[in-house]
Amino acid sequence: MQKIGVFVCWCGSNIAATVDVAAVAEALGKQPGVVYATDYQYMCSASGQNLIKDAIRDYGLTGVVICACSPRMHEATFRKTISSAGLNPYMLEIANIREQCSWIHKDREEATKKAITMGTAAIAKVQLNTPLTQMKSPVTKRALVIGGGIAGMQTALDIADAGFEVDIVEKKPTIGGKMAQLDKTFPTLDCSSCIVTPKMVDTAANEKITIFSYAEVENVTGFIGNFKATIKQKPRYVDAEKCTGCGLCTTKCPSKKSLNEFNMGLNTRTAIYIPFAQAVPLVATIDPDACIKLKTGKCGLCEKVCEAGAIDYAQKEELIEREYGAVVVATGYNQIKPVQYEEYLYNQSRDVVTSLEFERLMSASGPTAGHLQCPSTGKLPRHIVFIQCVGSRGTACREKPYCSKVCCMYTAKHAMLVKDHYPEVECTVFYIDVRTPGKNFDEFYRRAVEQYGVHYIKGMVGKVEQGDGCLKVQASDLLDNRQLHLEADMVVLAAAIEPDPSARKIGTMLTASMDTNDFFSEAHAKLRPVESPTAGVFLSGMCQGPKDIPETVSQASAAASKVIGVLSKDFLLSNPCIAHSDPTLCNGCSQCQNVCAYGAISYEDQMVVDKGVRETRRVAVVNEAICQGCGACTVTCPSGAMDLKGFASNQIMAEVDAICN
Amino acid sequence: MQLNDTNQAVPAESGAYKPLIVAFCCNWCSYAGADTAGSSRLSYPSNIKIIRVPCSCRVNPLFILRAFQRGADGVILCGCHPGDCHYTTGNYYARRRMTLLFSMLDYLGIERERTRVEWISAAEGAKFAATMNEFAETINRLGKNRKLRDLRCEI
Ligand SMILES: Cc1cc2nc3c(=O)[nH]c(=O)nc-3n(C[C@H](O)[C@H](O)[C@H](O)COP(=O)(O)OP(=O)(O)OC[C@H]3O[C@@H](n4cnc5c(N)ncnc54)[C@H](O)[C@@H]3O)c2cc1C
Repeated sequence: MQKIGVFVCWCGSNIAATVDVAAVAEALGKQPGVVYATDYQYMCSASGQNLIKDAIRDYGLTGVVICACSPRMHEATFRKTISSAGLNPYMLEIANIREQCSWIHKDREEATKKAITMGTAAIAKVQLNTPLTQMKSPVTKRALVIGGGIAGMQTALDIADAGFEVDIVEKKPTIGGKMAQLDKTFPTLDCSSCIVTPKMVDTAANEKITIFSYAEVENVTGFIGNFKATIKQKPRYVDAEKCTGCGLCTTKCPSKKSLNEFNMGLNTRTAIYIPFAQAVPLVATIDPDACIKLKTGKCGLCEKVCEAGAIDYAQKEELIEREYGAVVVATGYNQIKPVQYEEYLYNQSRDVVTSLEFERLMSASGPTAGHLQCPSTGKLPRHIVFIQCVGSRGTACREKPYCSKVCCMYTAKHAMLVKDHYPEVECTVFYIDVRTPGKNFDEFYRRAVEQYGVHYIKGMVGKVEQGDGCLKVQASDLLDNRQLHLEADMVVLAAAIEPDPSARKIGTMLTASMDTNDFFSEAHAKLRPVESPTAGVFLSGMCQGPKDIPETVSQASAAASKVIGVLSKDFLLSNPCIAHSDPTLCNGCSQCQNVCAYGAISYEDQMVVDKGVRETRRVAVVNEAICQGCGACTVTCPSGAMDLKGFASNQIMAEVDAICN
Repeated sequence: MQLNDTNQAVPAESGAYKPLIVAFCCNWCSYAGADTAGSSRLSYPSNIKIIRVPCSCRVNPLFILRAFQRGADGVILCGCHPGDCHYTTGNYYARRRMTLLFSMLDYLGIERERTRVEWISAAEGAKFAATMNEFAETINRLGKNRKLRDLRCEI
C-alpha cells in the first residue's frame, strides 16, 4: 500500500469559491492509503511546492495526489516538485478540479461532491502507479524547414546563426515566397524586392543552409530529436550545378504560351524558364507540361544554345533521405481565386483582378514594368474600385469565417501607391470595417484618407457589370444609406487568404494538428504560439494564421529559438508512458505489431520462464525509443500481455471503480 | 463514503435522480476540449466524470463493460476528429472497436443511446459542453441502467 499525500489547491478563489476545499481535503484524508491531506491557496507557488516537498519528507510519502488545475497546465511543474523531494516524478496524479469542476459548476455542494469523487479516482490510480524513468535519446543536430518564404528563410538564417545545419525544402523553383512578388510594403512603403532579395542571397550563401528548391517533403517519420524525412527532388531537366543562370535558353525556347506563375498568370513565359531575375537558385527549370522536346522528342533548342551543357532531358525524380532533430513548417498561404464571386466579374473581365495580381501590375518587375494599365485596354485607368473582405469574415460556404488581417493595410497601400504615381487616378475603397491595429498602421491608413484623398466608403459592392468601355459598380453606402452607381476602369478584390493546399498533407505527415480552416494549430494559443502540439514540430509564418511581414518575421525568429533549444541538447528525455509486453502472457500472435502506427513492435525469440517451465517463445518486444504511448496495442492484445505504463489497465479500471462507487 | 446518490435507485420521474456518466477523453483533443469548456465557463452536469486516456484507442471495451457493471448509466468516448489523431490512426481503431462493442451491448439489451463516440477537438469547448449536456439529457430520459449491473456490488 502506498503512503499517499493529498494536496487540494484553492487557486485563489478560482477553485475555493465553488469547491469547499477544506471538506475535500478532509474527505480524501479518510481514503485508504492517504496519510496526509491538506489544502493551500496556491499549490503551484514556491511556498505551495515547498509544502508538498516538506510533506513528502515528513510523512515518507510514496505517492502524491494534487487536486488543482488541469494536468495540461501544471503536471510538469508538480513532477519536478516531487522529484526534487526525492520521489519518482511519475508517482503523481492530478485531479482536475478547476477546468473540469469549479469553473463549470455553480452549486457549491455539487461541485464539492464532484471534486471528492475526482480526488478519490486519482487516489485509486496513484495506488497502482509505479516509478517510471525517462529514456534518453540522442538529438540529430540539423533542422528541416518546409517552405522558403520570408518565414522559412528567417527561421533558417537564425538557426544557422546559432551554428546548426538547416535544410530548406521549397516546392517552387525559387525561394522567396509571396514577399518576392510584392511591390512595396506597408507601413513604410519600402520596396519589397530590395529587402527580400538580399535575404534570399544570404540564405543561399550561408554555409550551414542547404536549399532543396523544386522539391517536396514526401514523408516524415520519427519523433523529436530523431526525425527521418524523405525529400522528393523533382526533375528540373537542367543540371543545377552546371547552369549559370544566363537565361539564353529562355530567349530561344519556342514554347512561349505557359502562364507565368510569378506574375500571377498575367503574362506568359517560355517552357524553360527562370521565375524572375533575382531567383535563388538562379537556375533554369523546364516545365514538362509545355516542353516540346519532352512531349514530342523534337526540338532540343535549349540544349543546343546552352554553353554550360546544363540541359539534361533524362533527369529523373530523386528521393533523398535526411535526418533531423526538429521540423519547422513555413508553408505560407495563397490568396483564394475569387472564381465563385461571379457578381464581381472576376472570371469575365480582365480588369477585375485580385490584390496579389495588382501587386504584380504595380511592380517594376511585373508584366507592365510597373506602369499602371487596365489589362484589357493597356490604358491608364481613371477610377479604381477596391473591394475589401472578398471571401473573408463570412458564413456562406464560399467564405472564410476569419479576417484575413492584411487586406485593410495593403489596400490602403495600393491606393497610396496609385496616387503617388498617378495623382489624377481616383481610388475608392469599399469596406466593412477598417482594421489597422499595429505599430504605425492607423497613421498609415489615415494618411491614405487625409493626405492622398482616397475615398473610403463603408458598404459592400453588390454587383460589377460590364458597361460601355468601363465597369459599372453597384454598391451601397451604409453611412449615408444610399445606393451608389459608379463607373470604374479597374476593380481590385482583396480576396481572402487561405493556407497552402499542401498544408493538410504536411500536417498529416507530421501528425501536427490543424484548425478547421487548415491553418496549423499552436500548442497553446497564448503560451506556446510557435510550437505545434507535436513535440519537435514548430510553426513559422502564415501557415499558422494570417499575419503581415513584421509578425511573420517575429514568429519565424521565435520558432528558430525554439528549434535551437532542441538542437543544443545532446540528449532528450522521452515520455516513459509507453507500452510493454509481458513475455509470459504473450502468445506471439502479431496483432499488436499490425496496429502499431509507428512500427515500434517487433518479435523476438526469448527464453521465457512460465510457471517453472523454461522455454524459448516468439514474443512481442516494444522499442522504447519509437513507442509514442497511444495504447492501440494494449486493446488489441488478446492475451492481456500488452499494457501501457502510466495508463495501465488496472489503473483505468481503478478509476472507473472509484467514479462508479 | 457516500459520494453520490446514484446508487440509491431513485426512479427517473422523481427529478432527484441523477444518472452516472463516465466520459473517456483522449489527452490531446477531447480532454483539452473539456479544459477549453472549463476556461470558457460552459457548464455541463456534475454527474459526468472524465477519465483521461492518452488516446481514444487506449479504451478497452472492458473498461466500458466495467463501468456498466459498477453502476454507470451511460458511457461516452471522446477522441480527436478523424484525420486529426495525435497518433495518426488511433481514433480509427477506437471507432471500429466501439462499433462492435455497441452492437454487442445492443444485443445484450443496453439501449443504443447509452453509449456514444464523439470527436471533439481541443478548440471545441462549446461542442464539448453541448455534447455532454445533450448526452446527460438522453441518459436522464432513459433512466437508470439495470442491465449488466453486478448485483453483488449493490448491497
Ligand atoms: C496582396 C498582398 C499584399 C501584401 N502586402 C504586404 C505588405 O505590404 N506588408 C506586409 O507586412 N505584409 C504584406 N502581405 C503579407 C505577406 O505577404 C505575408 O505576411 C508573408 O509573405 C508571409 O510569409 P510566409 O513565408 O509565411 O508565406 P509565403 O510567402 O506564402 O511563403 C511560403 C513558401 O512556402 C512554400 N511552400 C508551400 N507549401 C510547401 C510545401 N508543401 N513544400 C515546400 N514548400 C512549400 C511556398 O512555395 C512559398 O515559397 C501582403 C499579402 C498580400 C496577399
